[in-house]
Amino acid sequence: MASPLGQSATLHDIAARHLHARHRLLQMLREVQASRSYVPEEAIQFFAHVLNLPIARVRGCVEFYSFLHTTPRGQFDVYFSDSVTDRMAGSQIVAKRLADRLGVTLGQPRADGRVTVSMTSCTGHCEQAPAGLVNGRVFTRMTEARIEKMASLIEHGVPASEWPAEWFHVDDGIRERGITLDTVIPPGEAIRAALARGLPATLDEVERSGLQGRGGAGFPVGRKWRGAFDTKGTHYITCNADEGEPGTFKDRVLLAKYADELFEGMTIAGLLVGAKKGYVYMRGEYEYMMEGLQTVLAERRAAGLLGENVCESGLDFDLRIHLGAGAYVCGEQSALLESLEGKRGIPRVRPPSAVKIGLFGQSTINNNVESFVQAAQIAWKGADWFSAHGEAKSRGTKLLSIAGDCQRPGIYELPLGTTVREVLARCGGENAKAVQVGGPAGTCVGRAEFDRRVSYADLSTGGSIMVFNDLRDMVDVARQFAHFFAHESCGFCTPCRVGTQMLKHYADKIADGQGTQRDLEQVSSIGEFVKAYSHCGLGETAPNTLLDTIKRFPEEYTSRLLAEADFVPEFDLDASVTESRALTGRHDQLDQIHSD
Amino acid sequence: MADKGHFSFDGVQLPFLQGQTILQAAADAGHYIPHLCYRPEFPPHGSCKLCSVKANGKFTSACFEPVTEGMKVESETPEIQGYRKRVVQMLFAEGNHYCPFCQQSGNCKLQAVAYHLGMEDTHYAHQYPRRQLDASHPDAMIDYDRCILCELCVRASRDVDHKQVFGVAGRGIEARLLVNSPSGLLGDSRFSITDAAAQVCPVGAIVPKKAAFAVPIGQRRYDTHDIGEELACPPSENKGD
Ligand code: SF4
Ligand code: SF4
Ligand code: FES
Repeated sequence: MASPLGQSATLHDIAARHLHARHRLLQMLREVQASRSYVPEEAIQFFAHVLNLPIARVRGCVEFYSFLHTTPRGQFDVYFSDSVTDRMAGSQIVAKRLADRLGVTLGQPRADGRVTVSMTSCTGHCEQAPAGLVNGRVFTRMTEARIEKMASLIEHGVPASEWPAEWFHVDDGIRERGITLDTVIPPGEAIRAALARGLPATLDEVERSGLQGRGGAGFPVGRKWRGAFDTKGTHYITCNADEGEPGTFKDRVLLAKYADELFEGMTIAGLLVGAKKGYVYMRGEYEYMMEGLQTVLAERRAAGLLGENVCESGLDFDLRIHLGAGAYVCGEQSALLESLEGKRGIPRVRPPSAVKIGLFGQSTINNNVESFVQAAQIAWKGADWFSAHGEAKSRGTKLLSIAGDCQRPGIYELPLGTTVREVLARCGGENAKAVQVGGPAGTCVGRAEFDRRVSYADLSTGGSIMVFNDLRDMVDVARQFAHFFAHESCGFCTPCRVGTQMLKHYADKIADGQGTQRDLEQVSSIGEFVKAYSHCGLGETAPNTLLDTIKRFPEEYTSRLLAEADFVPEFDLDASVTESRALTGRHDQLDQIHSD
Repeated sequence: MADKGHFSFDGVQLPFLQGQTILQAAADAGHYIPHLCYRPEFPPHGSCKLCSVKANGKFTSACFEPVTEGMKVESETPEIQGYRKRVVQMLFAEGNHYCPFCQQSGNCKLQAVAYHLGMEDTHYAHQYPRRQLDASHPDAMIDYDRCILCELCVRASRDVDHKQVFGVAGRGIEARLLVNSPSGLLGDSRFSITDAAAQVCPVGAIVPKKAAFAVPIGQRRYDTHDIGEELACPPSENKGD
């Protein structure tokens, strides 16, 4: 039987291939995980030894990332995307079906070590849901019929590489193109245009275009570059391709189809500030794109667009791709830098900003994939071309990834300032009662607010738009998001670490019909506290959907609250005395706490 | 360029030196801001969030936020004191804190801050995590039940002792303190009772052995005064005295 895990490289090989560089620890651990289905204690001690790191640091890293495990997983490691839109498409049903067919409990390896079936946070293929991963390969559009076949392939030990190719087919999902998707830069042309114009003049151009960070926060890209330009010393360029916000999948499309534009943008930034190295930090879920991206990088090196003397400029710049390992918080810029350094992805203290002290303690320009793509296009076509689109305070177009209850889910490139109503009209989501703009961390709006605009000035989004129709239970949606944040909190700061757990607890209690008015008040008060007191954006936005839906869909909550008279305590009194009843043999009626 | 300036602290004008954090400047001027993960001898960590204040209308951590000229800081407002109480309540609900029979009782900063903020109950459902106790070291033990993940021991061991005995692993509610030894046990690490890391734990998580009741309960540090009188955190005294 062929091993679906492939031949195990020795730990020595892995460490050597990564040049014993500490900052590549996560990459090394990923390889061990992939080849052995877990990171054994022996590997932890080995890397600590050869990289001269404390054992606690290596172990801490393994325990931080969702895709790394300290105990064996199955030979087949199957994950189903647990994004709310995947759920709407039936992800939980297919996952359960597969688990039943294989006789496994979700999240637990089967006793014979053949397989694990688990749920994971959004895998970024929401418009082709239910999606998931098997041994790192992405599958889409899973159906119950396919599940039957999958179960038998797993039982027979057929490697995932030999499974039907159509299961792994990923559509680009593009529905509407605008200036960004229409502008394909012949490799090197934007760099040459920037050099011809002069690098400082190109910086002016990027500033003048009004381009704001496309990850959602909207910090002006030109100002960030200027900050780095004005900072002395070593520089790095990093690209945030972590795209962990549930419902966002536009970077996936850019990475697959517009890699040249992305690398071009990073190279221009690099030449501009005198950086010699850049890193793309790509979420682990997108590992399947690695090969294609490496090919593009190799071609660019061969064409003199990367490496020494880029485009005869006399300047050197090269790029590497690093993979994450399942941690949403690594989309937070400073956590991303920590992870790139091979550590746990814990957000740093700010100030200083990354532009001053970023990767390896040096000045760093960190931008989103879409931002680099658009910056390259601006360098090539000029600021006016770009800023002719959008609205006054939000220039240009934005790639939106739309999923959920609409007829045409996918990628839409629309000018910033487009109303929610217009977005819905384009994707066939006119029946929506609620739209989640910006993912779980964003804003949930109801019908009364469909004239609000998708822009930095109003509803800002990194690209996630989720559509919910009248049949959807918003309490359940909010509960799912509460679970997501409790799972993804990095655990560094008290309000988020503990608060998200409590929000999850109350969301469950209410959604299960066991909540009271007081529990609802608890959610609001904990929610406000977690927002105000958390260390980073994750905690600051974690309570949003709960708070938004309580405000906008109050009847969905109040209708399932218990009347105060039916108050249900936090624990079951009857259950808690069962043991003592058994010991004392008391079963009289008087002792019963509830009577029918 | 003036290296001195003024800022407003709960409506009072206070001086500050260029580069000082809000917490330092307030402490120098005699104002206590509750804190747990901060000690003046280490770089600020910013994880407990107890020191949060509103600076120019925005919440931030006083232990790492630099003061700027004319900054308006709110600290003892009912809103903020209420939030601080929540931080402490959450820490009590998260771990297993058996104050009446913890040997650190009376010397514990978490407990002292709870008194200071007038905390009368823990408000939230307790999580009762299952955590192991590590008594493998001859001179000290770690009761993980009480660890609040302030990472003071991590910093002390790394920056003062140069031993890196401690680290943190896991994520979210599963985040946990970790000992840097192959077995994960303190007894197998390079930890020594004379280390700075043996002194810094603000709660009863790292405690010396055989010293538990040398000073009777009732005569301990915070039995005799409010933590708010300590301002900027004097150097730590011996545990259990
Ligand atoms: S807010 Fe959450 S994710 Fe951010 S630092 Fe705190 S615990 Fe970590
Ligand atoms: S053991 Fe003590 S000092 Fe160390 S992190 Fe826990 S509470 Fe802080
Ligand atoms: S003392 Fe400032 S966050 Fe802990």
